[in-house]
Amino acid sequence: MSARRDMAVGTVLPEAASAAVPPARPRTVAIVGPPNCGKSTLFNRLTGLRQKVANYPGVTVEQHTGVFTLPDGHEILLIDLPGVYSLSPRSEDEQVTHDVLLGIHAGSPKPQAVLLILDATNLNRHLLLAAPVLSLGLPTLVVLNMADDLRSRGGNVDVKLLAAQLGAPVVLTSAAKGEGLEGITHFLQRALPRRQPMVQLPVISDIPSCRAWARQVGQGSGYQAPAPPEWTRRLDALFLHPLAGPAIFALVVTLVFQSIFSLAAPLMDGVESLVSASGVWLAANLPDTVWRSLLTEGVWGGVGSVVVFLPQILILFTFIGVLEDSGYLARAALIADRTMARIGLQGKSFIPLLSAHACAVPAIMSTRTIENKRDRIATILIAPFMTCSARLPVYTLIIAAFIPERPVLGAFLGSRALSLIGLYALGFAAAIFTAKLLKSSILESTRAQFILEMPPYRWPTLRSIGLRLYDRSKVFLRRAGTVILTVAVVLWVLAHLPLQDGRPPGIENSLAGTIGRTVEPLIEPLGFNWKIGIGLITSLAAREVIVGTLGTIYGIEGGDESSAGLQAALQRDLTFGGAVALLIFFAFAMQCMSTVAVVRRETGGWKWPAIQFAYMTGMAYVCAWIAFRLAS
Amino acid sequence: MLQLSSRKNAAARSLSDLRLGEEAVLDHLELGPEELQRMMELGFLPGAVVAAARSAPGGDPRVYRVDGSEFALRRETASRLIVRPRGPDQGQL
Repeated sequence: MSARRDMAVGTVLPEAASAAVPPARPRTVAIVGPPNCGKSTLFNRLTGLRQKVANYPGVTVEQHTGVFTLPDGHEILLIDLPGVYSLSPRSEDEQVTHDVLLGIHAGSPKPQAVLLILDATNLNRHLLLAAPVLSLGLPTLVVLNMADDLRSRGGNVDVKLLAAQLGAPVVLTSAAKGEGLEGITHFLQRALPRRQPMVQLPVISDIPSCRAWARQVGQGSGYQAPAPPEWTRRLDALFLHPLAGPAIFALVVTLVFQSIFSLAAPLMDGVESLVSASGVWLAANLPDTVWRSLLTEGVWGGVGSVVVFLPQILILFTFIGVLEDSGYLARAALIADRTMARIGLQGKSFIPLLSAHACAVPAIMSTRTIENKRDRIATILIAPFMTCSARLPVYTLIIAAFIPERPVLGAFLGSRALSLIGLYALGFAAAIFTAKLLKSSILESTRAQFILEMPPYRWPTLRSIGLRLYDRSKVFLRRAGTVILTVAVVLWVLAHLPLQDGRPPGIENSLAGTIGRTVEPLIEPLGFNWKIGIGLITSLAAREVIVGTLGTIYGIEGGDESSAGLQAALQRDLTFGGAVALLIFFAFAMQCMSTVAVVRRETGGWKWPAIQFAYMTGMAYVCAWIAFRLAS
Repeated sequence: MLQLSSRKNAAARSLSDLRLGEEAVLDHLELGPEELQRMMELGFLPGAVVAAARSAPGGDPRVYRVDGSEFALRRETASRLIVRPRGPDQGQL
């Protein structure tokens, strides 16, 4: 370390230096660049990791580290950073980048070199960031990403001339296609240059002079900006059309919800017959011991009844993936801005709210892009009202059990899909109502500025959608194998104790039953019995756990624990009014420990998660009670 | 007199007055220091050519094109960016 720092004052050229002294290669390298230029895509390519990437600015909101192994085995710690327009931070994600680069971020080593990623199709503007980054004085490789886009739209740039002007090596890459990465390997393989050749940089704080400098550098390196993205303009003419735009959106959403029922049904049947056949096989082939009962009733009943919902989750994520990767999400935020302004928020809050339909946890983290503190807290507080994918198994199970399928708009829309759309709308309405409440009281703030970069539309690649689905399946199955499995086993044990004359009691008199019957008076006004009560308690861990819990309970009771059996059992235990109340309860209640934990982390204390939990549970209880009264 | 006032009006046009597809040269930005800096970082600098593109239904916010990129701005921001007509010799890109 110290040897390298001593050498840094020398003026040896990099190539000469690496030949003369033993190589001192970087150990920590930061990836910096403007938003949405492909930093995380490149990071994923280099490290083999799977940080989330999508086609809108602000996907990465915290630093991610990964190891890049050079061909000779030398390992480099790569730090992927949130995108920035400059090094004067304005929001929390930009602050992270600033702090890591300067080595003042707790827990991150100070980088010894920088990969500056710029969008080659937007070089004139992106070069603006080169001035502050180069003036940090760290060895820097300038990576012009999206080279394929530049070429296909007829742009051009002379890499050698640009390198000479910037005093830093330059490579052209396409991270999405994996092209040009060898230039990055080459840079990281070399010994660190003792000192970058000095070039005259503009005064960083003077933006007009930086801009003039950037223009001059661009011209000096023969940069020809590519033709405007024609397809983006054509698609915007359609998607941002005052009438056609919203109509297309409604159409697509309807199709997705319908496919969650109709398209997923055969897939679900497939998974289900697999689960139940293996359960039957186990029951037939294992000796009749307490372990067989645990495995077939507890594990198969609990975990199996959740696993069958995988196809529906995947359909939802395919849709979300296309929305995010195509660039449509930024347009949705634009269209929603007026509505968001009316409730005191801004269009940027809409992106976390949309992504909360997958899961509230990453959505709450993505609020870091919102500059205004009060707007950010308000968005965090309303995000869990959005219908996350963990609610989907609960909703579809209850809807399938209590709502007969009838065509509403012919084959295009059925009554079940319509009910599901209604529940999504209900969650959204609760969020809007809560935001309005917050913004007109404790979180009142002046109208914030709204600036959102509109990325060009891109084709979602099969690779990127496929990886998302693969990762999502892993998360879903891991949860089934950990949280739901644990709950199922614990529940099974509690349902078999205390032993009476050496035999397990009836479930109603077991420990689990006692717990359920203790809370029963509290939930009876909502139309729930003690079995549902046990489910409500276990689903405090995560919403879909209630499905597994009911699967286990009915499995122990000796029923058929398959999804159809679960529906039949639910019909015995719930009235129609109770079913509606249960749906409403799950729409509003904050049944998710991970969300509570992330809200505590992002707001820096227990105050907001406590308020949020009490508010959401209270609202769920009151509205479920009203719904039960009305529907009974 | 009448001519003078109409010329004055024309001179005081802002980004939010541009029609779809219309281009103009940014003259100055009537923003606070923080907002001013962010807008300039994005390319909204005096002298830049800005074009009005599509908008959300109702016309607000609207997308503006500057320097090969597109940004959505609310009307309250766009109306503080004062433009002048693009002459044959004006505007640098």
